[in-house]
Amino acid sequence: MDNFDYRLAATTAEAQQLFSAGKGARYVAGGTNLIDLLKYNLADADMLVDINQTQPAVIKELADGGVRISALMTNAETAYHPLIEQRYPLLSKAILAGASAQIRNMATNGGNLLQRTRCYYFYDAASPCNKRNPGSGCPAITGQNRMMAILGTSEHCIAVFPSDMCVALAALEAVILISGPDGQRTVKFEDFHRLPGDHPEIDNILRPGELITAIDLPPAGFSKNYAYLKLRDRSSYAFALVSVATGFELENGIIKNARIALGGVAHKPWRVKEAEKQLIGKLVNKETLGTAADKILQGAMGFEHNTFKIELAKRAIIRNGLTALKPELQLPGAQPADISML
Amino acid sequence: MTEMNTTIGKPISRLEGFDKVTGAAKYAADHHVPDMLYGYVVNSIITKGRITKIHTDEVMALPGILEILTHENRMSTAWFDIQYADMDAPSGTVFKPLHDDRIKYNGQPIALVIAETFEQARLGAAKLRVEYKEEKQHATELKSNLERARPPKPGMAFLLKPPPPKPTGDFEKAYQEAAFRAEGEYHHSAEFHNPMELFASTVLYEGKGKLTIYSKTQGTINDQTFIANVFGLKYQNVRVIAPYVGGAFGSGLRPQHQLYLAAMAALQLKRHVRVVLDRSQMFTFGHRPQTLMQMRISADEDGKVTGLNHEGYGETSTYEDYSEILVKWAPMLYPAANTLLKYDLVPLDVATPLDMRAPGGSTAFHAIECTMDQLAYQLNIDPLELRIKNYSEVDPLENKPFTSKELKACYLQGAEKFGWLDRKPEPRSMRRGNKLVGYGMATGMWDAMQLPARVEARVTPDGKLHIKSAITDIGTGTFTIMTQIAAEQFGMAMEDVIFDYGNSALPFAPIQGGSFSTSTVGIAVVNASKALKKKLLKLAIKASDQFKSADVGTVSFIKGNIVYGDHSLSFVELVAANGAKPILTRNMGYPHALKLRKYAMAAHSAAFVEVEVDEELGFIKVTRALTAVAAGRIMNPKTARSQILGGMVWGISKALHEETLLDPAMGKYMNQNLAEYHLPVHADIHELEVLFVEEEDKIINELGTKGVGEIGLVAITPAIVNAIYHATGKRINDLPVHFDKLL
Ligand SMILES: Cc1cc2nc3c(=O)[nH]c(=O)nc-3n(C[C@H](O)[C@H](O)[C@H](O)COP(=O)(O)OP(=O)(O)OC[C@H]3O[C@@H](n4cnc5c(N)ncnc54)[C@H](O)[C@@H]3O)c2cc1C
Ligand code: SF4
Repeated sequence: MDNFDYRLAATTAEAQQLFSAGKGARYVAGGTNLIDLLKYNLADADMLVDINQTQPAVIKELADGGVRISALMTNAETAYHPLIEQRYPLLSKAILAGASAQIRNMATNGGNLLQRTRCYYFYDAASPCNKRNPGSGCPAITGQNRMMAILGTSEHCIAVFPSDMCVALAALEAVILISGPDGQRTVKFEDFHRLPGDHPEIDNILRPGELITAIDLPPAGFSKNYAYLKLRDRSSYAFALVSVATGFELENGIIKNARIALGGVAHKPWRVKEAEKQLIGKLVNKETLGTAADKILQGAMGFEHNTFKIELAKRAIIRNGLTALKPELQLPGAQPADISML
Repeated sequence: MTEMNTTIGKPISRLEGFDKVTGAAKYAADHHVPDMLYGYVVNSIITKGRITKIHTDEVMALPGILEILTHENRMSTAWFDIQYADMDAPSGTVFKPLHDDRIKYNGQPIALVIAETFEQARLGAAKLRVEYKEEKQHATELKSNLERARPPKPGMAFLLKPPPPKPTGDFEKAYQEAAFRAEGEYHHSAEFHNPMELFASTVLYEGKGKLTIYSKTQGTINDQTFIANVFGLKYQNVRVIAPYVGGAFGSGLRPQHQLYLAAMAALQLKRHVRVVLDRSQMFTFGHRPQTLMQMRISADEDGKVTGLNHEGYGETSTYEDYSEILVKWAPMLYPAANTLLKYDLVPLDVATPLDMRAPGGSTAFHAIECTMDQLAYQLNIDPLELRIKNYSEVDPLENKPFTSKELKACYLQGAEKFGWLDRKPEPRSMRRGNKLVGYGMATGMWDAMQLPARVEARVTPDGKLHIKSAITDIGTGTFTIMTQIAAEQFGMAMEDVIFDYGNSALPFAPIQGGSFSTSTVGIAVVNASKALKKKLLKLAIKASDQFKSADVGTVSFIKGNIVYGDHSLSFVELVAANGAKPILTRNMGYPHALKLRKYAMAAHSAAFVEVEVDEELGFIKVTRALTAVAAGRIMNPKTARSQILGGMVWGISKALHEETLLDPAMGKYMNQNLAEYHLPVHADIHELEVLFVEEEDKIINELGTKGVGEIGLVAITPAIVNAIYHATGKRINDLPVHFDKLL
């Protein structure tokens, strides 16, 4: 880690000014990902522009019935905020399934969207990696790939986007508010992260200098029938091998609206709208969920150590869908719920 | 005698506990002195080959960089290989950091960047460009390199780790003809040492070849002699201090390269130097070896074991023969007329493996006890019944009695307390909600050892008792327990006894490992106490007529006084009578080797485990575990219980979590940090129970102790694997049992 300048910006405009004035500037929010990357010599910075004071870390109710969450609010504040707990409990659960209490206390919502993959080779400065060093190769394809993607991979990168929070945001169809040198723009959540394709070095559509200022959640919060499930190698403080965020709107047990997003399986949270649409008008049961799962996992392809994820993801979609019928059965840490009494 | 305040056997809290939890305890990297320099290690990024160029000039130009030690500019060190051999060195040639341009393993230290600040040194290390001539043909994976297997080379290490016993009977015949047979192949990937405290040495340069070293170690004298031998210093000029050690588990049994490099830097620059390894560098030295085992067990109609075949392949480096006691255990536990044991090493391009908590034993019992479990199902009897049927009061291998063996009590009391009888014999027959429930059990064993050590006992003018030993306390409670033993010997309050330890200038103690410290140093404390009592008595007789006819049998020692009938003299008075000179004695403690040759010595345990398995998703939870332990006299049930609990958590880790991910093409481990090298978290640990069964051992040593450092780990892993089988009907022999293996 090289020495860097540190500047505390008071406003978004000042932050952007500082960013464009200095070469090699980077924004820092909670620092839980960036500082690690600097320490491992996987990223460098001549200047860190601290954005934590550019705006109040709050949640506002919107006129359309949705809410606007500050990008600078911490993951913990967001998860425990009454508006989120009551109206978007799926988001709350997903956040609390991630990282550790200490990290969630520091990590911000904006930073969570921009965290980088946990691919072992990406994290080892001595290994080739197309994401870190474009054109150098992808050893994960033939190497240790148990945690890697099964959907949307390319011959250049099979990494997974590791966030939990974002799986819920994908299911909730959040909208990202961005402020940049060329003004403001909004981006639909599904368009924010990208697939690796020929350019695995680019994780998302954020342009240099742009700041995420807020995340808007539409009114539909699926607070009656929702569930988040995270499958991993230990009960906390581990990234998902497979995770699922599920939300239903039901009328007399019939699905009116369905959302299913997968984490831990691709370079972005994975949703297949067609599969959700086909659920409308159906009951929530093993068969309907199984059919949806097959559709969602269409084209899934495993590598030497991660083929199990395909079957696991299917079972996870079914279990989590059934759990959404009785969200109170969910367990801390998004462990598999016991739904035998359903 | 009745008023003597016995301290042994009481659950006394660790004396240094407060200092540790408040941060007052200073570990090796916490000693600050003015003008200290910082060294940061640079590691090889290739697995095999040579260094062709190190661009030191570029880094030397950075601010604050004072020196970069490499094989090209390092000072000369000892000439003969033997001078590098530490107390735990296996046979072979000890690895010498910065010795030459050769790369023997990935992560090998190849340079030390020394700077005014830690950050400058770290940056310099990151920027150092190194050119290599890489040999692409290397081998790091055990399983795919078995053709290299060969027996360990003989050497000094055979003394503590002898090769496997010779075959008895005719195993193959017995196995073919047996009524019942069970077999399995068991694989363990490497496990890396990750105690909480990182490896660190702070070396103070005291001028003229004199060094004071604060180091993370399990042997102050081991490090002292190593440094003195390697750098040609006088022993008395090297002092190694390590009163607090933040966990070690075997990692500190050998001087690690941070010590070597820090000492070299201090001597070469004539400055104080600190070197701390970072967490990923904890994956660049000794580790529990990758191991592959084949186990076959045969039994007759009655379930009596007739044949035992245990064969193991362990990983070692290309330069040293690290070996473990892997295959002797089964025939020491179960009597069998036909035994066939084999142990081979597979030299690979890796750092030499290193002892890690219950080395060999914790690996071996996985194979033994899971194969026994299979056998029980074949025989259609309770796994516990099979153990009892094959119970042996003697060590069948050498036909020697045990100094004590209360394993049966572990089985019976453990089973009772756990509720083993509620177990339905059929696999997949127990359920809770949508989960399968399984009960599993296993046996554990660990050698009870004792080595020689020396202790000083001294009474000072204030009447306090000082006990001195170079031994460390690696978190096991040694400090507390030695204080207890001495307090008991003199009938004194613990507050009046000062145990001075963790310093190479103090009387000799061997490295702290193998669960032998309590017996080793404890017996020396007893001997020194006895000698000191005699001295005190002599002084009392000289000082007071009232003691004229007193002798060892008729005096007692109570609360800092020597008492004879109605008369007493305080230690303060005795020292005054000695011309205010402290009264002291130094004595050795030895095992009774001649007597003990006739006996087998071991601690035993039985573990009982309940798991819940959500089969659809493969989710495994160890809901309950109980370990019953027979380990002689328990000196302090509180610290002992902590040891067993720690072992049990480790066993859960071994069974379900901990895994190093090797990339054989690169020859390196890919998950070198604690985010991806999964140790269990609190949420993985549920009900744990420890039960010490009564075990009186009048033979093993005067204290009747066996040590509890490792026994808690041995049985728990196989018990979990057996419970998973009972729950699911699936037997997974490749650890850890990740849930995808159950899908
Ligand atoms: C050991 C460990 C385990 C973890 N486990 C999980 C897990 O299980 N699940 C999970 O979801 N997450 C996990 N995390 C990731 C954690 O959630 C992220 O590190 C965190 O959310 C990042 O937020 P931050 O504010 O600290 O970002 P920072 O580290 O400050 O920034 C990350 C990146 O985002 C940029 N940035 C930050 N805010 C903005 C903004 N508003 N606009 C533009 N750019 C911005 C920074 O420039 C930087 O490039 C884990 C992290 C660690 C270290
Ligand atoms: S999967 Fe992606 S991040 Fe991992 S090594 Fe390949 S290119 Fe790099």
